[in-house]
Amino acid sequence: MTETAPDLDRLRGGAPPRNHDARTIAALTANPGCARRGVMDAAGVDKDAVARELGFPSPFGQSQFAITRGNAFEAQVKADGCAELLTLLRDGLGLAVPEVAYDDLEVVAGNEGRELRHARTRRLLARALESGEGTLFDHPLLRLEIAGQLAYLEPDVIAFQLAGRLHVIEIKSFAVVDGQAEPEQVAAAARQSAVYVLALRRLVSELGHDPARVSHEVFLVCPENFSNRPVAAPLDVRPQLAVLERQLARLTRIDRILDALPGDLTFGPGAALADAVRTVEARYAPECMAGCEMAFFCRDEARACGATGALGRSVRDDLGGVDTIGTALALADGSLDPSDDLAETAAQLRTAARLRDEALAAVRAETLAGAPTPEARGARDGAA
Amino acid sequence: MSALTSLAQLRAAVDGIAQPLATVRHCHVAEAPLVLVPLKLAGEAAAPLAVLVGAARDDASLLVVPQPRNRDLRFQFAAEFAKLVLNHIETSRGGVEELPPGKDGDERIRYGDAPQLLVPNRGGVGFLRLLGRSTRFRSTEGPYAVDPAVPVLGRWLTWFADRYDHPGSSLLRAMTEVLRLHWATGQSSLEDGNLAALLGWIDPPDGLDGPAAAARAEDPVTCPPAGPATDPTFDNEVLAPAIAAYDRSGGDHRAEERLRGAIAGQLEPTWELMWRAVGLLRALPEGASVPGRWERDRDAFTYYHQTFGEAYPQARRDPPVRAARRLHDLERAQDAYDAQRAFDDPLVMAEYRLAGQAFGGVVTDCEPDRLDETGKRPKLRPHLRVGTADPVRLDVGTTVCNAARPALKGKIVELAAGSVLLELTGGMGRKLTAEPGSVPRPGERVCFTSLSEGSFGAAKFPDREDTPWTHGGPPEEYVPTDEDAEEEWS
Ligand code: SF4
Repeated sequence: MTETAPDLDRLRGGAPPRNHDARTIAALTANPGCARRGVMDAAGVDKDAVARELGFPSPFGQSQFAITRGNAFEAQVKADGCAELLTLLRDGLGLAVPEVAYDDLEVVAGNEGRELRHARTRRLLARALESGEGTLFDHPLLRLEIAGQLAYLEPDVIAFQLAGRLHVIEIKSFAVVDGQAEPEQVAAAARQSAVYVLALRRLVSELGHDPARVSHEVFLVCPENFSNRPVAAPLDVRPQLAVLERQLARLTRIDRILDALPGDLTFGPGAALADAVRTVEARYAPECMAGCEMAFFCRDEARACGATGALGRSVRDDLGGVDTIGTALALADGSLDPSDDLAETAAQLRTAARLRDEALAAVRAETLAGAPTPEARGARDGAA
Repeated sequence: MSALTSLAQLRAAVDGIAQPLATVRHCHVAEAPLVLVPLKLAGEAAAPLAVLVGAARDDASLLVVPQPRNRDLRFQFAAEFAKLVLNHIETSRGGVEELPPGKDGDERIRYGDAPQLLVPNRGGVGFLRLLGRSTRFRSTEGPYAVDPAVPVLGRWLTWFADRYDHPGSSLLRAMTEVLRLHWATGQSSLEDGNLAALLGWIDPPDGLDGPAAAARAEDPVTCPPAGPATDPTFDNEVLAPAIAAYDRSGGDHRAEERLRGAIAGQLEPTWELMWRAVGLLRALPEGASVPGRWERDRDAFTYYHQTFGEAYPQARRDPPVRAARRLHDLERAQDAYDAQRAFDDPLVMAEYRLAGQAFGGVVTDCEPDRLDETGKRPKLRPHLRVGTADPVRLDVGTTVCNAARPALKGKIVELAAGSVLLELTGGMGRKLTAEPGSVPRPGERVCFTSLSEGSFGAAKFPDREDTPWTHGGPPEEYVPTDEDAEEEWS
């Protein structure tokens, strides 16, 4: 345990830490500059519970139809020691897969069992790496250091060893129609798989092996067209890995953030919760909606203080990084003199405001005078 | 996006109401568009659950699959849906215009009108596309026979989805996208994807401002999602028990009615929003180039309708040459569409002025009778000086045209701070003195731009017979197989 551990326990207000999954980690890299999220995630705070307590429940509900479908598809692919999966890998992808053993590592459940389960994952993987024998490990429990803290990762994937290399197999229930799936869903799967690949690589090197024994090629298993028939496709996640590693390295060090926070800070339930959360600086962007349970709370906060980021990153960029709506509008109407670094942005904004007003005024004047009809315009063109 | 749009968003946020991004309507709105609000079963690629469909506000038909996992019920739904859509297509053709014969003497005609399909959002377009894909190869004979209308529907839906990708086409439109083309709200594009929230900013109900209306729209109980995805809580608490009850009852009529009632409750609010949006769009004056683009749509429709009987269903994937040609066509169409919108609408042209590709201002000096006598014959070449505060980013020698009357063309001969000197080259008549009124006079407001409405060279792609071997050689004509027809839909 690191020195910040006691602080982190207090931050959770006595609640047990939550496990990460690849979705939360992939989302973390989507907003690496957010201290609030960094602190809460590093401490394993149950953000969903916090958001609910604050009156901003996150809308990450799932339809039972989707859950049923996902589970049924996964169960089908994994039935009889992953018989269908092995057929896919052998026949569909033409891999020379020998006889394999199948181990499900989800046997010890509950948060208390995390260390135990992780130890078991380590043990089994160590043996498999030594022997080089083909093995399928279902639900390995991995660990990944996030902002100086170890986070447990509950991957819903299979680690599969083939010819001495480990591959990640991810089973998803979105359809691949005529060889194409929804790009956003594939992208999300690739981001998540990259998290697993990275965590597996860390584990493999801890075990004294070459991390390159974990392949950057993952296998995505999805239903084909409109059927339940699975189809497997290799997916190269090197780009996602590169982004992930860079972002994780850039994540603000949690201990440094913690140092600046009041010593008695806690995210336990109670009247002081909202203030406690506000103590840690956030950086809201609409992308948070897809990945962070705190999104509705942070959006409300961002809107209340007129943050341009709440309108979207592109707006913020268009405004040359001006943070608040009030400042941007004051620069646009000339009531605020820009600092040197904002001079260009201010000039651009003033021109934009002038052009907009001019165009609208011209149209208003025309409407008053009776707007020209398309025919009238055609007649004018006739002079050519 | 640009600083101009962003500025409109800031003002919307401060004023609590959407701000115009356009002063005219940039899309065609049919007299009787076919509005479709589809729902699909969560977790499935394209398992239809229901659709509310109709060409008038008070004429909605609700189609429901009471057990979306039942293949027979699905095809029954597809057949009923097909009849509605195909009937709309056949009744939206209008009269037939005879056109002058084509190059090879072919007879050419154009339908006087075309069907327009409106769905709430992009997801609705994706759903129609997949529904088209999952029905167009179905066989109407043999062990898996479906109603003959089903594959016809599939081909039409595929065609509409294809036209949707064509910039400026109005045959199939997603309402949120159309509205966003005309208004900026004080929320992000993510929230604008919610039709109820977007309309809340544009046209808030009495007593509410934009933010309050949008906040209300985010509550799935008051404002059910506009599909095709359903609200998970509705799925778990209402839909699942109702489907289970239907299953238990063995297809009992009352159980089905209860299910239909629950689904209708999810769809009707969106139905109302769709027609309100149609009304808002109709209230905008139509852009000058909209009828021209709709004519292209009518051409495309006429062609597909006329050749429907001779053609096979669209292939699963485009062969390479076709794909490249299509990409090229789409890019050209995008350029032309962007330029046309700018000519139609000073607020869109303002974007180009901000970017320096257009400039506006007041004529300060004018030599309307100036002649260029350096050549054999004298030419009318009036000089025009325009005072402008715009950040002009055009070079001397660039050809520009007048935004209000693109036929009036000129060349930039001198750029100075705050003014541009133009030599006018065309659009003033054929004589050595300009037609009266064709050359702007001092004091007149003008806008000139380097944009042009068309004049894009035709694509040079090999014919399908000459597809290079690097692209797989000439493609085989796609003929659907039995396997296509029997494809599982589970
Ligand atoms: S929602 Fe809030 S806490 Fe979460 S990442 Fe965004 S800004 Fe940070």
